[in-house]
Amino acid sequence: MSEIVLEAKDLRVHYHTKRGPVKAVDGVTFDLHEGETVGVVGETGSGKSTLGKAILGLVPPRTKIRGSLLLRGRELTGLSDGEYRRLRGEDLALIFQDPMTRLDPLMTIREHFIETLKSHDSAVSTEGASKRAAEVLRSMGIPESRLDHYPHEFSGGMRQRIMIAMALVLRPKLLVADEPTTSLDVIVEAQILEILRDLRRAYAMSVLLITHNLGIVAEVCDRTAVMYAGKIVELGPVDSVFRRPIHPYTQGLLASTIHLNTKELRSIDGLPPSLLNPPSGCRFHPRCAYAKEICAQQEPPMVEFRPGHFAACHFGGDFV
Amino acid sequence: MIEPVLRIEDLHVHFPVKMGLVQFAGRALLHATGSAGREEGEEYVRPRVHAVDGVSFNLNRGEILGLVGESGCGKTTTGRAVLRLLRLTKGRIVFEGTDITGLKEKDLRPLRPRMQIIFQDPHAALNPSMTIGRSIQDPLLVHGRATEKEAREDTLAVMEEVGLAPAEDLFNKYPADLSGGQQQRAVIARAIILKPSLIVADEPVAMLDMSIRARILELLLDLKRKYGLTYLFITHDLATAKFVCDRIAIMYLGRIVETGPAEAIYRDPKHPYTRALIAAIPVPEPGRTREVTLPRGEVPDAITPPRGCRFHPRCPVALPTCGWEGRDFIEFLEREQLVESPGASDPNIGDVGEWKVHGFVARRSVDAGTNERVADAVHSLLQRAPPAFAHAIASVSVQDRDVIVRFRAPDPLVAKEVEGRTVECLLY
Repeated sequence: MSEIVLEAKDLRVHYHTKRGPVKAVDGVTFDLHEGETVGVVGETGSGKSTLGKAILGLVPPRTKIRGSLLLRGRELTGLSDGEYRRLRGEDLALIFQDPMTRLDPLMTIREHFIETLKSHDSAVSTEGASKRAAEVLRSMGIPESRLDHYPHEFSGGMRQRIMIAMALVLRPKLLVADEPTTSLDVIVEAQILEILRDLRRAYAMSVLLITHNLGIVAEVCDRTAVMYAGKIVELGPVDSVFRRPIHPYTQGLLASTIHLNTKELRSIDGLPPSLLNPPSGCRFHPRCAYAKEICAQQEPPMVEFRPGHFAACHFGGDFV
Repeated sequence: MIEPVLRIEDLHVHFPVKMGLVQFAGRALLHATGSAGREEGEEYVRPRVHAVDGVSFNLNRGEILGLVGESGCGKTTTGRAVLRLLRLTKGRIVFEGTDITGLKEKDLRPLRPRMQIIFQDPHAALNPSMTIGRSIQDPLLVHGRATEKEAREDTLAVMEEVGLAPAEDLFNKYPADLSGGQQQRAVIARAIILKPSLIVADEPVAMLDMSIRARILELLLDLKRKYGLTYLFITHDLATAKFVCDRIAIMYLGRIVETGPAEAIYRDPKHPYTRALIAAIPVPEPGRTREVTLPRGEVPDAITPPRGCRFHPRCPVALPTCGWEGRDFIEFLEREQLVESPGASDPNIGDVGEWKVHGFVARRSVDAGTNERVADAVHSLLQRAPPAFAHAIASVSVQDRDVIVRFRAPDPLVAKEVEGRTVECLLY
């Protein structure tokens, strides 16, 4: 088994609000191996983005983080801002949904790279930084002649490639990609996904891909974690989870996804619960067609129903 | 022949590019001195975004036509223009037999109740300080169709119909109290309360979570069956369009490139762009491999769309006659330099920036005496070019100090009937 890069144990992230704590992530346990891509899927309010932010240390002040988050054995919860800043870039990198908001409109692409590289290694020369920038940009399909252009001179897809290039230039161990293609059109999205797939091979990097798009997970991920109301309800190899889902929520989510082979429209009844006051027991029970008494009373544990394929459902055995 | 609900003929919507006086004067000056790289003898005109550039279609009663394309293709602009919510540059709109193209707003108003729109973002479409009930009943009052009391009764009935139940309770709620799905139901209720015949639905489910999209789509389909509605369904999502639409029109950069029955288009897309679009959709089936090569690059800007077929610079099966021009030569040079091909690093080719584009011509000024060498370097670099592109070049010639790469004029692009659909592509 390859080395574990990231390990979350009973991670809880509760946002502070006037109406009480919002339990955005509420007891999440999973690990991420070297060179592996894990897709975190869920709908609005499932906690998937909060999970990403917690890993990167980007949650707002007064947010309570409990449980443990180990990056190559090092505890991340409780790190100071300064310690986190050193980790980001060298060990951890991120790409966001909207690259334009992350690039400084007054700086050329070359200046962005020089700043990034120098802030982590003051010994690097300007020429050295430019050279590394040119190399990594070329691997993203952007010619060196465009190094002195400003962000607005690039198209949306190219900006996202630049963001990926900047994330990669320090050769991080873990890349967190939060909806990296959501603002892109389908053909450009496919181009970026090809790049993400190649990265795994070229850089042996681990990727945590956060998305609402099940198609993307199927195309680029090794394993997937399905989140619902702050919890992982199902976790396993993409093939196993997509072809033979166990948790009723995963089943519903897959059935409601409209794709080219969709034969009939399905949806999940009801609405996602409030995270201020989540339902007792299994959080999906008010919307679950198979719910029985025990579902409202006891929280189902994660059970390994097939090798490496876990689900948190009292009646998971019925669906195997 | 039955008159279609909507007939659109050669619709054009152009937007002037916003710029200040100084910027305008500067551009005009650069143009006059010939350094802006435009065609000679052409007067300077303020650049315009060709958002919709010659779109025609019919929408028959009870039909759902999907207008499908990527962002910036002009689908939303088309949707707004057909309702006369935007000023047309050119074209004709006939709604239920009446030519509404030039109608004054006051003459248009009696027709408005019959044409409605559903927007993508229900949160933005509802007034946050108006209760849901008031928002829905407002059109009835605005058009003087009912008294307050009647309006309230009609509103409650429509709310029940779109699934906003119990209507009595929800009537006095504010948009912020409702979920996204409920908000979109309210927007739909408001659109149907005047009993329209045509509804433009602009990405009606794009903002909603997957697990509730199906319910909103089903609601739209139910309402259509019940009231004989006609929809112009605008979406970027081919999968949703396939499910909902009877016919599909694929848009690219301001033009419809392919129109036909939804089933036929998905089974056997004819236009290379349609093929690329369908092939690029991620499918939630692990292990499926993508066998198509994706079109390179991205959608070019609509200020100066490519000549000939607008898709030609990205098209995997382009012909020499598809509209190749000077800028395509620049792109070719950039690509060659990116892969560091031996020909591209030949100093005789020079920097990409030294090449100037004038329509079908790309030229570079060089020192007298080296021009022949530069022309030779271009010739040998073109050996590596894709055949369609290389064959589109009429000549590489030398004139005084200039090396000139000249492209052939493209074949005229006309829409053709291909197996029950209309395709705008020279392959057919």
